[in-house]
Amino acid sequence: MPFIPHTAAEVDAMLDAIGAESIEQLFDEIPSQLRAGELRTVPEARSEMAMLRLMGERARKDQLQLCFLGAGCYDHHIPSAVWDITQRGEFLTAYTPYQAEASQGTLQVIYEYQSMMTALTALDVSNASVYDGASGLAEAVLMAVRANRKNKSRRVLMAETVHPLYRQTVATIVRNQGIALDSLPMTASGVVDPAALNGHAEPPVALVVQQPNFFGLLEQVDELTDWAAAHDVLVIAVVNPTSLAILKPPGQWGEGGADIACGDGQPLGIPMASGGPSFGFICCRQAFVRQLPGRIIGRTEDLDGRTGFTLTLQAREQHIRRAKATSNICTNQGLLVTAGTIYLSLLGPAGLEGVAGQCHRRTAQLASAAVTLPGVTERFAGPFFHERVLALPCEAEPVAEKLAARGILAGLPLGDYFPELSRCLLVCGTEKHSDEDIERYVTELGAALSSTEAVA
Amino acid sequence: MNRDTRTIFELSRPGRMATAQVPKVPKAPKAPAAVEMADIPVNLRRPSRPGLPEVSELQVVRHYTNLSRKNFSIENQFYPLGSCTMKYNPRGTHHAAAQPGFPGRHPLAPAAHSQGFLECLFDLQEILKDVTGMTGVSLTPMAGAQGEFAGVAMIRAYHEARGDAARSEILIPNAAHGTNPATAVMCGYGVREVPLTPDGDVDLDALKASVGPQTAGLMMTNPSTCGVFDRRIEGIAATVHDAGGLLYYDGANLNAILGKVKPGDMGFDVLHMNLHKTFATPHGGGGPGSGPVGVNDKLAPYLPVPMVGRDDAGGFRWLTQQDVPGSIGRLSAFMGNAGILLRAFAYALMLGREGMHRVGEFATLNANYMAARLAEHGFALAYPQRRASHEFVITFAEQAKTLGVSAMDIAKRLLDYGFHSPTTYFPLLVPECFLIEPTETETKEELDAFIEALVAILREAESDPELVLSAPQSLPVKRLDDVKAARELDLAYRPPGE
Repeated sequence: MPFIPHTAAEVDAMLDAIGAESIEQLFDEIPSQLRAGELRTVPEARSEMAMLRLMGERARKDQLQLCFLGAGCYDHHIPSAVWDITQRGEFLTAYTPYQAEASQGTLQVIYEYQSMMTALTALDVSNASVYDGASGLAEAVLMAVRANRKNKSRRVLMAETVHPLYRQTVATIVRNQGIALDSLPMTASGVVDPAALNGHAEPPVALVVQQPNFFGLLEQVDELTDWAAAHDVLVIAVVNPTSLAILKPPGQWGEGGADIACGDGQPLGIPMASGGPSFGFICCRQAFVRQLPGRIIGRTEDLDGRTGFTLTLQAREQHIRRAKATSNICTNQGLLVTAGTIYLSLLGPAGLEGVAGQCHRRTAQLASAAVTLPGVTERFAGPFFHERVLALPCEAEPVAEKLAARGILAGLPLGDYFPELSRCLLVCGTEKHSDEDIERYVTELGAALSSTEAVA
Repeated sequence: MNRDTRTIFELSRPGRMATAQVPKVPKAPKAPAAVEMADIPVNLRRPSRPGLPEVSELQVVRHYTNLSRKNFSIENQFYPLGSCTMKYNPRGTHHAAAQPGFPGRHPLAPAAHSQGFLECLFDLQEILKDVTGMTGVSLTPMAGAQGEFAGVAMIRAYHEARGDAARSEILIPNAAHGTNPATAVMCGYGVREVPLTPDGDVDLDALKASVGPQTAGLMMTNPSTCGVFDRRIEGIAATVHDAGGLLYYDGANLNAILGKVKPGDMGFDVLHMNLHKTFATPHGGGGPGSGPVGVNDKLAPYLPVPMVGRDDAGGFRWLTQQDVPGSIGRLSAFMGNAGILLRAFAYALMLGREGMHRVGEFATLNANYMAARLAEHGFALAYPQRRASHEFVITFAEQAKTLGVSAMDIAKRLLDYGFHSPTTYFPLLVPECFLIEPTETETKEELDAFIEALVAILREAESDPELVLSAPQSLPVKRLDDVKAARELDLAYRPPGE
């Protein structure tokens, strides 16, 4: 019996102790007409070896050699130590640290994580993480509506340049709470225009800006933040944590800084792995800490005055406040946060800057090599980080499929998200890419384009 | 015992680094705006480096390895945390999710190059439909609470689609998990609590008096958080359905009935499953979880996307909002906690059909055995007249009165004995209680050792109460000052003088 240790003799002894004749009898309170029949779809049991063979065969079908696709999930190098330590059973198979004395490992890791995230974002406090960047943005929006005491509007203004899958997620999660999402349209340059904000008669409760935006372009975050501060609008910054080694942190945007920063921690040592699990982070000003959703860890002392760590401000949470909680969220992504914390410790400020710099350099190199191909241009001009939009002389999706057949993820064809950009590919370079990788990409892209034109 | 509580920041020295991890050390480490960044305008650049620790690779490895040793975990200790199903997480499942091709798969890779992954998800959807008796499954919710959100949002979408939008209230038994009422509110509903009878079932008369045209649905766990199976579930389902409401099954306790009863057969219209409980995926110090939802035909048009379907050529493809136009939408940027779904599928493959039946059987056997042995030793079961499901409640109300030791004191003393404590003070309606869930993967010896520890602790409470009141003694820290933690908030390390 897989994973069940009982011997026949033990089962008998246990039934004797219970005073039951059979295991079946233990289910005698369940109305007999409800008892399940056979399971039809569940297959016969496999050994671990047979299971791994099947999973290995399936996994191999999905292998590609080179990834130039980002769009919210990035192919970074993960130091070996990150998952060797994270996969220790003590981290992997512990639960929420309800018994603090028996969970000091997890608790201190999360305290260190909170410290690192506040350092990166230049904001005061961080929670212990939420599910992912997109659902984290939804929680940030709900939080801003609760936290903005000066402005009781329930309209949230979201830049059109925020990741479309994030915008869809937010729409699902906030829809039933009477919150309206308005779109701040992008200009022909692929960014939003701070001047367009003045057209809004009634200031929204919050403004959502992504930096770098979905296209990798840099928004005028200082101007946007200053406008918001002047109109009692809270600023929610969606950021890539790697970029914060180089780009101005949300806490320093404009005169007074953004109010809430959120994003996805995947670039910090989490494999792409089909997009999950990763973790979402939320940081904010001290003044909003009681509106933060999710777990928060604090440093305190034990009875002997020794330093220790514990869950704190639990009066915000569902297990205490029930219907009045800040969110229904009950978990954080503790394991992924452990990986992220180890990653940031290994990289340190210089290492993270090195990774960010290399990502930017490789992206610039990729784009400038690609535009040497006939008919290929950069779709948007302005300053960027880590991602770039290439305009092709034909529809992008079939080209991406051709490159995939050659083992290369060419980037994201944008037509599904922005129909007017159906000839565009969002491409991404990382520190993993070499000169040869980029040469190969450009050669294959050139071949795919000429064969496509030949067909056309 | 390791009592070093320095953070990684206190090990930091300016200029130290794990050099092998830096792709290319910037030529001028003092100048973050290196030459190749010249195309980034100065006003958008970071003016000074973030305060991350500067440490060597060995320091990092040693620091976090030592921190791990301050944790209790399933792989170190018996962890009978009620309602959390801390069963063995088979190591093979992690290797399954790490097979070459899976970790490097980009979430937006074309379907033609994702057939292995998609087939695993498709098969898992089919398995979960079978074990729950539902006709549709979406795997995307990232935890039980997000599954609850999806479920109640679907209930709302169903009523709205029928023009029945006046339904404003979700009914919830008062023993429910806190996530249930919090979820109802996130979906824009009010909450009305329904009491239980003294023997732990939902009070059917009170329920009948509570339902009406305002009822959108009822959320319930069965077996309940009291560790008993609600015998009148069919009457409950009929009452709610007759009033036009729908029935939500909180799958937190699915392990109790896996392979024995299907929630769909009990009359539930929608449910979530906690894969990190019933399907043995790791809890990771508080997450990741995974909370797929299942529905019957009434709610299938509203399932969250993406899901996985077949294409005309016999392959697999993503189902998106275009395929499910009534969908409540997307709940994550990509496909939820995909890697957890792969682990749950690997677990299901190893259990197989027979193994699936045995989960519920042996989880129930272990719980009833512990309950019987503890009763023999004079411990007070909260529901002595009932069969335990996969978990059961004992109360120390008597000991609190006569010996002055609380359930929390006993829980802390258990840590000294090398056992993680059961869930304490939940369900809220039983005073001074433990909710004990041994799971099917524990041996009889382990259960016996735990029972002996509890017996010994009660003896200590009589002979030397201070020992229990001041527990734990043998852990890296003693009891922590939670009041100080909340009053003098210290949520992030700051360098001295800052």
